[in-house]
Amino acid sequence: MAARSNQRVSEKRMKIALPARIKSVTVAMVAVGLLAGCATSGNPKDPIEGFNRAMFAFNEGLDAAIVKPVATGYEAVLPAPIRTGVTNFFSNIEDLFIGVNNLLQGKVPEAFSDLGRVAINTTAGLLGVIDWASDAGLEKHDEDFGQTFGRWGVGNGAYVVIPVFGPRTARDTVGLVLDVAADPVANHQPTRTRDVALALRLVNDRANLLPADKVIEEAALDKYSYMRDAYLQRRRNLIHDGNAPREVEADAEQVDHPATAEADVIAPRAEVAPVPSMLAARTEPAEVK
Amino acid sequence: MKSLFVFFSGLLIATTAMAQEVAPDVLVKTVTNEVLDIVRKDKDIQSGNTRKAIDLVEAKVLPHFNFTRMTQLAVARDWRQASSAQQKILTDEFHVLLVRTYAKALTEYKNQTIDFKPFALKAGETDVRVRTEIKQSGAGKNIELDYYLEKSGVAWKVYDIEVGGISIVTNYRDSFASEVRNNGLEGLIKSLQAKNKSGEATSVKK
Repeated sequence: MAARSNQRVSEKRMKIALPARIKSVTVAMVAVGLLAGCATSGNPKDPIEGFNRAMFAFNEGLDAAIVKPVATGYEAVLPAPIRTGVTNFFSNIEDLFIGVNNLLQGKVPEAFSDLGRVAINTTAGLLGVIDWASDAGLEKHDEDFGQTFGRWGVGNGAYVVIPVFGPRTARDTVGLVLDVAADPVANHQPTRTRDVALALRLVNDRANLLPADKVIEEAALDKYSYMRDAYLQRRRNLIHDGNAPREVEADAEQVDHPATAEADVIAPRAEVAPVPSMLAARTEPAEVK
Repeated sequence: MKSLFVFFSGLLIATTAMAQEVAPDVLVKTVTNEVLDIVRKDKDIQSGNTRKAIDLVEAKVLPHFNFTRMTQLAVARDWRQASSAQQKILTDEFHVLLVRTYAKALTEYKNQTIDFKPFALKAGETDVRVRTEIKQSGAGKNIELDYYLEKSGVAWKVYDIEVGGISIVTNYRDSFASEVRNNGLEGLIKSLQAKNKSGEATSVKK
């Protein structure tokens, strides 16, 4: 009994502690961002570029020193079927929250499909290790709180690189706080199993991304901006569930305009549609041409 | 006389085949399958021989790409400021960069299969998206791979590719624009050339 109430207390403490931590990070970010203000290249999507570049370098260093070597070893040592099992296990836990987010976005059939996935995979799939639901035709979705806010019409806000977590937008940072607060893995007790599970998930996720590394190195002139723009495009696409309207092309008339592409000024307007129309017309927001 | 006849009838067949329109989804499917068949059998490409993969891409994929259009999309509003000579250099350099990226991705190929999504061409359409999906055999999520094609004359040409919603063409827009803002079009050309030179060095080393 005592143990249980203890657990509840520490859970509560964690939920409070996390946003507080992120808040202090935000304060630090703004401070550094202001100092580094002169170092920006004038991209309105990335007002604290100086700070972001520093954080990006920090994350790259962390990845090169620890995360990537561990992930490479993990990939080399564990056979693919076992890694797939690990991926599926965490994916199954994720599905519950994907379902909740689909519900919050008014996508009821998708939400039911997600919950169906959890039901099938948790039982027949041995706690999620085997993904029978995909074989049965229940498609895996990708949702989180940041996307839900985006769907509700909240704009991106500034681009931010967060230590360890990596690229986010201001909106997705708030989403991340909720994602973490609601994450069953991060809230798992006892702490020791939680830490092992979090580390395993991180390493496994990183291992899945290893093949992309070389391609990005090959493609990017400047890795920082390549990753930034890829992240922003990816999020935009996810919010529209793969049907984002194409960004409009540049026009000769707008040559004199300073800074970013006209497309980015116009396109988000479709994203920032009021909530009811967004829900009603969830198939495809109006094409911007 | 007979050989001349064969020659002409051959020519006739060739030209009718050329003039025959290939639907965009059929084109994507044929080229994808053709390329993957080769990669599956080629141990060199699988073990990371980028040079060989580049040759494959140049031979099989490139004829169906419109690089001028791709470069124009990436350079965006600065394109019209460029002289035609600059446009030519930009296109050539961007071509090299995209081909090497594409080839690199092929060397990472591991038993994935491609799912072709249903596609219907509406009458009179000249700009379409053909959707496919990369199915991972082991761990990892499926990745959407979409091709954007435009009809020029009778042939359909790819002018953009989106991987998981990320356009490999327009992803360069902001960084190209800031390069031009800081160092002009010549600066952009120089940085593309430098990138390609360093890429060339690493692919030779392999």
